[in-house]
Amino acid sequence: MKRFLLLSAAALLASPAAAQTIAITGGTVAIGDGSAPVENGTVVIRDGRIVAAGAGVAVPAGATVVDAKGKWIAAGMVAGLSGLGLLDAGGIGESNDSASRGSPFKAAIDVSVAINPNAAMVGNERAGGVTRAIVAPDAGGSIFAGQGAVIDLGADPDPLTRARAFQYVELGEGGAAQAGGSRPAAYVGLHDALAQAEDYRRNPAGFDGRSRDALLTRADAQALLQVLDGAMPLLVHVERASDIRTVLALPKRYPKLRLVLVGAAEGWMVAREIAAARVPVIASALADLPASFESLAATESNVGRLTQAGATVGILSQGNGGEHTLKQFAGNLVAITKVPGATGLDWGKAFATITSRPAAALGLDGEIGSLRPGRRADVVLWDGDPLELSSMPVAVWIDGQQQPLDSRQRKLRNRYLTPTEGSLPKAYER
Amino acid sequence: MWSTSARLIRASIWGAAVLSLAACGNEPPKTASSKAPAPGMGKGYSHDPYPSTYRPYPGVPTVVRGVTIYDGEGGRIDNGAVLFADGKIVAVGQSVDAPAGATVIDGTGKWVTPGIIDIHSHLGDYPSPGIAALSDGNEATSPVTADVWAEHSVWPQDPGFGRALANGGVTTLQILPGSANLFGGRSVVVKNVYARTMQAMKFPGAPYGLKMACGENPKRVYGGKQRQPSTRMGNIAVDRATWARAAEYKRKWDKYEKDGGDPPTRDIALDTLRGVLSGEILVQNHCYRADEMAVVMDMAKEFGYHVAAFHHAVEAYKIADLLKANDTCAAVWADWYGFKMESYDGIPENLAILHKAGACAMIHSDDENGIQRLNQEVAKALAAGRHAGIQVPDEVAWKWLAINPARALGIADRTGSLKPGKMADVVLWNGNPLSVYTRPEKVWVDGALLYDADNPKLRPVSDFELGQPGEGDVK
Repeated sequence: MKRFLLLSAAALLASPAAAQTIAITGGTVAIGDGSAPVENGTVVIRDGRIVAAGAGVAVPAGATVVDAKGKWIAAGMVAGLSGLGLLDAGGIGESNDSASRGSPFKAAIDVSVAINPNAAMVGNERAGGVTRAIVAPDAGGSIFAGQGAVIDLGADPDPLTRARAFQYVELGEGGAAQAGGSRPAAYVGLHDALAQAEDYRRNPAGFDGRSRDALLTRADAQALLQVLDGAMPLLVHVERASDIRTVLALPKRYPKLRLVLVGAAEGWMVAREIAAARVPVIASALADLPASFESLAATESNVGRLTQAGATVGILSQGNGGEHTLKQFAGNLVAITKVPGATGLDWGKAFATITSRPAAALGLDGEIGSLRPGRRADVVLWDGDPLELSSMPVAVWIDGQQQPLDSRQRKLRNRYLTPTEGSLPKAYER
Repeated sequence: MWSTSARLIRASIWGAAVLSLAACGNEPPKTASSKAPAPGMGKGYSHDPYPSTYRPYPGVPTVVRGVTIYDGEGGRIDNGAVLFADGKIVAVGQSVDAPAGATVIDGTGKWVTPGIIDIHSHLGDYPSPGIAALSDGNEATSPVTADVWAEHSVWPQDPGFGRALANGGVTTLQILPGSANLFGGRSVVVKNVYARTMQAMKFPGAPYGLKMACGENPKRVYGGKQRQPSTRMGNIAVDRATWARAAEYKRKWDKYEKDGGDPPTRDIALDTLRGVLSGEILVQNHCYRADEMAVVMDMAKEFGYHVAAFHHAVEAYKIADLLKANDTCAAVWADWYGFKMESYDGIPENLAILHKAGACAMIHSDDENGIQRLNQEVAKALAAGRHAGIQVPDEVAWKWLAINPARALGIADRTGSLKPGKMADVVLWNGNPLSVYTRPEKVWVDGALLYDADNPKLRPVSDFELGQPGEGDVK
């Protein structure tokens, strides 16, 4: 058994992934599947996958041992919906590949070709404990935003966990705006596009889809067939209770649809219907303001009430950069269990909303989002309770590979810990 | 140092307010040297035409005992007690004498702090719901709109006020016009108490602020309209031209008030800038980048004004020494970064580095959601600082939420800490307020209990929410 110091992370990075066994021992283990944290537990990783996690887990012979005494060993956060890797900053239009207003293509748009694992933001958020992200395009001129991807935040050239992991569509107020001004226009656009996709399937040669007048391109039709066949989940952004009901009715007409609700601020008002339909939700955790007329009933109790009703709920990260604050969102859901009249979550369920639940919404919880055996080994070693504001990651593994934590933010911090200049300008400090 | 200048500014504004009130009923003093007598300093026009009508709501003498106290100025008392009565803090200490009939609260395991002050909010001007009909925060029609006053846009029924109170423990906030313009207009400071009118929320006697903006927003908005400014150099050019006009305006009015004669033509925009140049109005300057803040501080010297605080000062940490030398505060987010080029260098250690350098620092929200969790934002900044080796005690970090914003607003003599004689703006937290697991349990404003987690009747429901889905729900 080799003792392994965290300080030698660089050495570990250089070694090949093959046949590597790591045991992280003696910490509080947060599996991420909804279960309560386990004290004095161990997590074993082999060849990039989780072998075992919890109490009474034996350390395999020859394993590299990481002592986690006094620390927490937790599943890495899964952030969605995010723009990580798709932009350098939202406001830098030149770098922002989220929306494609001027393109004739809509549903066919595939963000996986644009993901940049070297973006500074990816490194910053990785150091904050985010190991995977559900990356979605923004709608630009159509209710169909295109196909999103699931990525890892590893410091390596291959970020894709699953390309073309879902189709993203705007309904509700956002869909109305994209469709020309009304919800009915958005729905007729949705139904017509799906009907055209069927036309294309029946007779590809007879399908227009390449003329200037075509409402749908061939590529878009091809992408929508995946949705119609249930091969690809359809993420639908809606907030209002009545909009949610309309969406839940879609499978009557398209029985193979694999729906996922995004936003769903008024989801609690139709929680039983959502749960009965077995439609997962990726919801805003802390939206409690009537931010729009479609979210008048928004409340921080939304996630708790939906979960209580039996729905699968993950938390929406709502931003490009700052995905690590998901832990703060989840912590607040625990906090409100102490507020009379509010419905929150216990710690294990709250942690699941930022790990396994968003993965489950995409059908990927068998692969990522928890420390259950067989999952990809995305593990974060925290110096305390991961949901607490004072805690920071001290080590991060993605696919069993230990990751660098020296982000661009960290370098800026180190340069300016003392703001005054020395004998040379700051530009010489690295 | 900067608190001294804040006191001087306060002294001058009180003088102006008293004089302008006196002007309503009195004849201008006669002098021998002019036919039309001079009205006297401050009497040329009313400086307070939309006065506060705020009145504290009734409270009962209250003692919280056995509680951990952060006094807002860096002090801490474990297992202490606080007494407030008649809207004012009476005593804070290890123990206090409870007057007969006082409500006594056992604070074991809980914390008491002064109410949180958010120096940067658009509540009321950009209320919820965020629809076009209620979008009243940016008069984006000219780069110089020093004539607009944010208070004339404030919708007192914004549901955001109630959330900031109940979830955030926010008792005072500054409402600013938006940042499309170089000179965005006047701010207003309000107490976080629902009212039928804006004036009934207005913090009595708080100085006005002038919202200024540098950087990307003005150049984008006006560059997009093919007019000046479209660059950062254009920003400063328009700023300087405007200050030069303001100086001229001030000279004319000062002369009139001193010597009499024909009064100069009123210019509502230049009234505000004159107020800045005479120290009556505090400059609250949206500015992200270190290099731009440095230029603005030199522009302030060029025209003889002072920047009270830079807001959104994402790169303040790079010039913490310069800010300290200029007695200028930095109001920052905990960890917002990377949403535009000028926020690209944001780091979570910003507050801690400013603090370490001795500069005046504070948290701010600029956000209807963030304002509900400013205590958590400080906790994140504190943690980042500690991980970088900057050890700031919890009670000292609370200054970022209380006395520092109070000073930058010129109201530190009345609120911002738990000191006898100050407004009883008090939060009882149900645990450590720097923990994610903690929420306000009770919030008092001027000694009146306006939020109580345990009492559903003490949960405000704004007019807008009445009769709507979710009305009265715990939000």
